[in-house]
Amino acid sequence: MPDVIMPRFGSNSGQPTTRRDGIAKVTGTATFAADNQPDRMLHAVYAPATIARGRVTALDTEAALAHPGVVAVYTPWNRPPLAGDPDAKPFMFAFRFEALQSDEVRYSNQPVAFVVAESLEAATEGARLLKPQYEAQPARVGLDGNEPFKPKGDAPFGLPRDFEHGDVAAGHAAADQALDATYETAENYHNAMESHCLVAEWKDGKLELDIPTQAVVLTRGAYAYYFGIAPGDITIRSPYLGGGFGSKAIANGPQILAIMAARELGRPVKLMFRRDQMFGPTGHRGATRQRIRIGIDGDARMTVLDHESLATTSSFDDFIEPAAYASQGLYNAGALRSAFEAVRVDTGTPGPVRAPGEASGSAALESAMDEMAEKAGIDPLDFRLRNYAETEPGTGKPYSSKALRECYAEGAKRFGWEGRPLEPRRMQDADGKLVGWGMGTALFGAPMFAAEARATLLPDGTGLIETAAADMGQGAWTALAQIGAYALGLPLDRVEFRSGHSDLPDGGVAGGSGHTATAGGALHAAGGDAVAKLAGIASADPDSPLFGTGNTGVVARDGWLVAEEDDSRRDSFADIIARNGGAAVVGTGKAARPPEDAARHAMYSHGAVFAEVKVDPELFQVRVTRMVGAFAAGRIINPRLAESQLMGGMIWGISFALHEEALFDKRTGRIVNGDFAGYHIPVNADVTGLEVLTVHEDDPYVNPIGVKGVGEIGISGSVGAIANAIWHATGTRVRRFPIRIEDLLAGA
Amino acid sequence: MNLFDYIRPASLDEALSAWEPGAAWLGGGTNLVDLMKTGAMAPGKVIDVTRLPGLDGIESLPDGSTRIGALVRNSTLAHDPDFAADFPMVAEAILSGASGQLRNAATVGGNLVQRTRCAYFQDPWSPCNRRDPGTGCAAIGGETHNHAVIGWSDRCIATNPSDFAVPLAALDAVVEVAGPSGQREIAMAAFHHLPGDTPETETALAPGELIVAIRLPAGARAFRANSRYLKVRERTSFAFALASCAASLRIEDGTIAEARFALGAVAAKPWRVAEAEAMLTAQPPGAALFSQAAERALQDAAPSGENAWKIDLARRTATRALALAAAGTPARMPALPASTFGEPAHA
Ligand SMILES: Cc1cc2nc3c(=O)[nH]c(=O)nc-3n(C[C@H](O)[C@H](O)[C@H](O)COP(=O)(O)OP(=O)(O)OC[C@H]3O[C@@H](n4cnc5c(N)ncnc54)[C@H](O)[C@@H]3O)c2cc1C
Ligand code: SF4
Repeated sequence: MPDVIMPRFGSNSGQPTTRRDGIAKVTGTATFAADNQPDRMLHAVYAPATIARGRVTALDTEAALAHPGVVAVYTPWNRPPLAGDPDAKPFMFAFRFEALQSDEVRYSNQPVAFVVAESLEAATEGARLLKPQYEAQPARVGLDGNEPFKPKGDAPFGLPRDFEHGDVAAGHAAADQALDATYETAENYHNAMESHCLVAEWKDGKLELDIPTQAVVLTRGAYAYYFGIAPGDITIRSPYLGGGFGSKAIANGPQILAIMAARELGRPVKLMFRRDQMFGPTGHRGATRQRIRIGIDGDARMTVLDHESLATTSSFDDFIEPAAYASQGLYNAGALRSAFEAVRVDTGTPGPVRAPGEASGSAALESAMDEMAEKAGIDPLDFRLRNYAETEPGTGKPYSSKALRECYAEGAKRFGWEGRPLEPRRMQDADGKLVGWGMGTALFGAPMFAAEARATLLPDGTGLIETAAADMGQGAWTALAQIGAYALGLPLDRVEFRSGHSDLPDGGVAGGSGHTATAGGALHAAGGDAVAKLAGIASADPDSPLFGTGNTGVVARDGWLVAEEDDSRRDSFADIIARNGGAAVVGTGKAARPPEDAARHAMYSHGAVFAEVKVDPELFQVRVTRMVGAFAAGRIINPRLAESQLMGGMIWGISFALHEEALFDKRTGRIVNGDFAGYHIPVNADVTGLEVLTVHEDDPYVNPIGVKGVGEIGISGSVGAIANAIWHATGTRVRRFPIRIEDLLAGA
Repeated sequence: MNLFDYIRPASLDEALSAWEPGAAWLGGGTNLVDLMKTGAMAPGKVIDVTRLPGLDGIESLPDGSTRIGALVRNSTLAHDPDFAADFPMVAEAILSGASGQLRNAATVGGNLVQRTRCAYFQDPWSPCNRRDPGTGCAAIGGETHNHAVIGWSDRCIATNPSDFAVPLAALDAVVEVAGPSGQREIAMAAFHHLPGDTPETETALAPGELIVAIRLPAGARAFRANSRYLKVRERTSFAFALASCAASLRIEDGTIAEARFALGAVAAKPWRVAEAEAMLTAQPPGAALFSQAAERALQDAAPSGENAWKIDLARRTATRALALAAAGTPARMPALPASTFGEPAHA
């Protein structure tokens, strides 16, 4: 197929278009999974374990079944068989989960029974009436809850590997000054606003699921495995997600039980987790304890960066927060080391949460960088610039692009970093509050997964673009449509975008900050394919003004094919199709990163975050009063959405630094703040003066559309910036996240 | 949630006679319904009092006192300009609590009777003497972040979470109740009980008694020029207090003629100590004096777990609240009520 010269980004792409689904969402007409109410639908509620370790010995199923409206009660003793074993790990994203395969309790809030009823209220009461009895064993929680071990195995997901580059011992020995500091981060639970839910219905042996999922096509494989059917016999509808944060790509026990109940009872079943149940079977971020050692020479250049991380995982599966990875791609240390250990505790298995590894790792690393700069007596930004990596540390690979220097410069300028006193406790506002400034570097990989798409030019001159992408609230409905419309050479309002349905081409996983690059890349390719086909038709059509152009030198623009050399030679999409049989022209496309590209370049998004905090000098309440984040993330498809995502990431940073923590009762292993009154996240009053700058970056290598990711990078850098600002305000260095009033009181 | 009867009586008499053991009054439902959902409360009968006539007004009585009907919504009270001018720290306390939506729904009666935020109380699977007398106290030896540092017992270490109750206690408010044996009045000081051996009796309300009004005595208005509520919390808004203080002073010719202050979030009731208030009388306002008075108010404090820091924080909070009160009631409600990050008290 001959090449087509594509138009430059402009008409659609790169525009701050508002969300195409915005009106549907604010008017309540957007149908989220749990809004579905098929006829004869039943409601399911799972009974959560109220101990963290042991065995269920009795359940009062009689009482539950006697409750009016209760239809069925499933327990470890009567649960119908599943085709797949919940304790097997048959594919990459499979974690072990509890679907009543035994009476064992592995953590608090795991399902111990499953109740289905005619109403939500009846199911809830049925679950309560079960009054489970247990044989309990002491719970193991916290980083000291068990013996640490070295993670082993080859799973690419959840098992970080130690990494060493250069002579670490020599790096330590060569240091003129050294830092050795240990940081701790807390367990965080995803808690998307929309809790996990589904409506399952079986029709003639085929399964239909309304379910929010971050991997619309891929997750069919999981359900297929557990129910012994073909993925093709499963339809998944997932037009909108109320957030996912990494927890909605992975099957969990209660969902499997709901699908099972729908099959057993021959009626549709709805399950929606209660907020407190979101602190259990749906994954979380493990706690970490990270020891960071940095050595510097007389010029404050790093001789070594040595990062050890201990993380909690469950007693029965491995997802070990890869926190020490954060030190691998960023600073130009003479020697680098990342090492991992884990500890088994009685919680659910952790999983990917908003910048897995990077969030916790960056919190510690950027704090340590600040402490090292303080010791060296130099400005923290200057310290980072002295250790700026021109090529990827460790591998020596060139970066596909890296406008981090520009991020530092633009962010610092916007924030007004210059003139910041080096010493802490030097600034106060008119009201006597201590004022501090801190900064952190942001880093996040720019991965791509695999996706497919279809783009169709219709006889009426409009376009249809299709891929099963996932809009988690980030704006995929809009940004992906912009890419597709651009690829077709059509204005956005003449393109229909279909997404979020498993009958469509696989849009890949919305995760790892790679969705726009991947699904967008597939749409881009599909659009190009359709346009090339159309150009081929026009070039062969003697009645076309483009006859004989051979379709190189043709561009698609606003519904026209136009000869590059001669603007007057043009033919509209509709006319070309009409003259040539009237059939729609269908293009297909795929996107994935060729391994040779990945081998040639290191690919990351970068950023610099600057934060101002105010701290009451006696009461130690903290407020983040200003934050500026400058990010370089390749081509920005939609500045409005990208900035909103980056801002969201920075708010996660506030949350991680100051708020989020699951508090465990150390004796029982139960979480005592499992609701939004107790598990704090920032409210509007905590988020003031946030500013996002996107720094121009052309990346010819990352992928054909030049897109990196903006989904998660905002949290990285932000946590450290806030912690450093708190130190700068108060002189107290808190090495435990979230930073609490009592920690600052202790330093007073 | 258990099955229960729901009734909505149209008169006070009807409401009172509908009561039976195991019944619960329903106000805005923002606390009761949450607890019913977790199973911590399981009333057999829910008596919705929100349609009772005549209980939703704010009136000035001939003796100069102000009477707030039990059904007045928290927002309505705080935004009533006359009320807020007369009792600024009450308005400030209300506006520092919960969120706009919750305050719109919550009644003042319900606010006073809201239950503790002790996580073990809210979790029906944990032993709790307050919820299920005699089962033990799971909080002792557990997670005690928001537990008491004063007035607790070895049966219960819970705190009262209400912000509203704190300035009411400082201002000697009176709770008017109606019950099977008629109407009576309860002084705020006696309204909430310390746990002692019977944490299950949280308030002085007898079974079947309903709050019909809360009255602020005429004298409470005398503090209007120097009244503040200060609440230290873990985020800027929408969080319960770690420590709070309602402070009010009557300053005459540069001297404190009368002082009232109560601490919140440290005990099962708003914490007021007459001796601490007396220390302030006839003295010129000053940081050292305020700190001594705060110290005196917390003289009997002791950690109930890993929360010794709260004693220090409470002392600092009371000291500051007194200083803010001395600086004068702000001309308008701070944008962030009761917050250290509100607009400066002194312009
Ligand atoms: C997320 C969240 C955050 C919150 N934050 C705060 C905060 O920061 N500060 C704060 O002070 N509060 C806070 N609250 C609590 C809130 O103030 C109370 O829930 C509310 O005031 C209760 O009023 P209500 O009318 O809804 O009471 P209901 O829930 O209807 O009733 C509460 C209790 O009072 C009883 N009751 C109701 N009316 C009467 C009456 N007239 N006479 C006798 N008994 C009665 C009920 O039987 C029940 O036991 C918060 C609540 C939530 C959910
Ligand atoms: S502190 Fe009181 S409310 Fe909390 S568990 Fe103990 S007895 Fe129950």
